[in-house]
Amino acid sequence: MNFGRVLSEATPLLLEGLKLTIGVSLIAIAIGIVIGLLMCLMKMSNNIILRAIAGVYIWIIRGTPMLVQAFIVFFGFPQLIQVFSPSFRLDAFTAGVITLSLNAGAYLAEIFRGGILAVPKGQSEAARSLGLSKSKTMLKVVLPQAFKFSIPSLVNQFIISVKDTSILSVIGLAEIVNKAKTYVGKSYEFFATYIFVAVFYLAIISILMLISNYIEKKLKYEGKKKSGK
Amino acid sequence: MKGRRKVASDKKEKIVVTNLHKHFEDNEVLKGVDAVVTEGEVVCVIGPSGSGKSTFLRCLNKLENATSGDIIIDGYDITDKKVDINKVRENIGMVFQQFNLFPNMTVKKNIMLAPVELKKLKPAEADKKASQLLERVGLLEKATAYPGELSGGQQQRVAIARALAMNPDIMLFDEPTSALDPEMVGEVLDVMKELAAEGMTMVVVTHEMGFAREVADRVLFMADGGIIEQGTPEQIFGNPQNERTQDFLKKVL
Repeated sequence: MNFGRVLSEATPLLLEGLKLTIGVSLIAIAIGIVIGLLMCLMKMSNNIILRAIAGVYIWIIRGTPMLVQAFIVFFGFPQLIQVFSPSFRLDAFTAGVITLSLNAGAYLAEIFRGGILAVPKGQSEAARSLGLSKSKTMLKVVLPQAFKFSIPSLVNQFIISVKDTSILSVIGLAEIVNKAKTYVGKSYEFFATYIFVAVFYLAIISILMLISNYIEKKLKYEGKKKSGK
Repeated sequence: MKGRRKVASDKKEKIVVTNLHKHFEDNEVLKGVDAVVTEGEVVCVIGPSGSGKSTFLRCLNKLENATSGDIIIDGYDITDKKVDINKVRENIGMVFQQFNLFPNMTVKKNIMLAPVELKKLKPAEADKKASQLLERVGLLEKATAYPGELSGGQQQRVAIARALAMNPDIMLFDEPTSALDPEMVGEVLDVMKELAAEGMTMVVVTHEMGFAREVADRVLFMADGGIIEQGTPEQIFGNPQNERTQDFLKKVL
C-alpha cells in the first residue's frame, strides 16, 4: 500500500480518464436534456401515438440495466448494422455517449413531467385566459416554473449520470475506472488506487452540488407568502 | 346568428348564452342556462356553492368546454371549433379567486407578458401601459416586486391590472375576494367599482352581497345548475320571488 507511488504514477493516468468522464457526462447530459424534454412533452401530448412512443422508450430504458444497454449499443447494434454495411464501426466514446444520453433521457423525461405537473393548474389557466396559445403558455409560463421545481431531481440525475460513466468502462471507454483497472493490473495497488478514484468522483460531484446550490439560490423568487391567506 | 334576439335598448349584446349544458362525467353541473349580457352591464352571479356559478363563468371564456348549447361572445360562437378561442380571449379579461399571478415574474412582467407575447404592444409601450395600470390600481411602487412579496389584496389588484392589459371589453371575475383576508376585500372591490363606473362589461361571481347590491345592474341567482331568478338588485334582495332565492338570502344576509 504505497500511496506516494500511486499518487505519482497513477495521477496522470487518472486525470486523463477524468477528462473522458467529464466529457462523456457533459455531452450525454446535454443530449439527455433534449431527449428528456422531447419525451416528456410527447408523453403529455394529446396524440396517442406520440404518447405511446415516449411511454415505450421510458419503459424499456428504465426496465433494463445500463450495463446491458451499453453492451447492446456497443456490441449488438454494430453487428446489426454490419448486415447492411459491413464496414460499420462504433467507437467506445460514441457508444458511451449514446448509451448514457438515452439512459439519462428516460429519467429526465419523468423528472420534467413531474415538474410540469407540480405547476398549479391556475397558472396555465391564467395564461390561456389572456389569449396565450397552448405552446406559448407552456414555454413562457409553465416550463420556467417546472424547471425550478425540477432542480433537486435534475441534480440528482446528473450525479447519477456522472457516476454511471464508470459502467462504460466495460465497453473499453478509457474513463477513470478503466484507467484505474489498467494501472492496478500492473501495480497491484488496489487500495490506494481505488481510494484515489473515489476521491476524484467525490470532487466532481461536490462541484456539481455547489453549482446547483448556486442556481437554486438564484432562482428563489418566492417571497415569504404564497397567497393571501 | 343563432340565439340572437332583439333587445329594446340600443346597447350591443356582448354575451349571449343559449341552453348551456355542462357535464363532468356523469355529473350535470349546468342544466340549460340562458343568459344575455349587454354592453356596459355589470351582472353579479350569486347562489349556494355547487350551484354551477363558477362553471358557468368559466364556460364564457372556454376554460371549460360546454357540453352543449351556444355561447356567443361579441358575435363569435366560441362553442364552434373553427373560432380561434385565443383571439376571443384577448377581449375577455379574467380574474381568479386564487389570483394566479406568475410567481417567477415581477409584477410589471406579469402585466406585460400577454401584450408583448401577442404582439399587441411593443415592449416599451407595454411597459408604459403596465405603469399606467399599476397606478390605476394604486400599486405603482410595487412594479419590481414579485407576487410572493405582496399581500393577497395587492396580488388581486395586480391580477386585475394584468387582465386589463389586453384592453378587454369584457371582464370575468370568479369569486375575486373569496381568498382574501377580510381587511383586504375592500381595496379589491373598490377597483372593481371603478371599472364598473367606467362602463366595463362585467360578469362577477361573488359572495359579496353588498357589492352585488351596490354595483350590479342585474343579479342572477343560480341554484342546481340553472338560473332560478334574475332581476335588479332591488328586486332580488328586496323582493325575491323564488323560494330558493328567499332561503339563500336569509342564510347569507
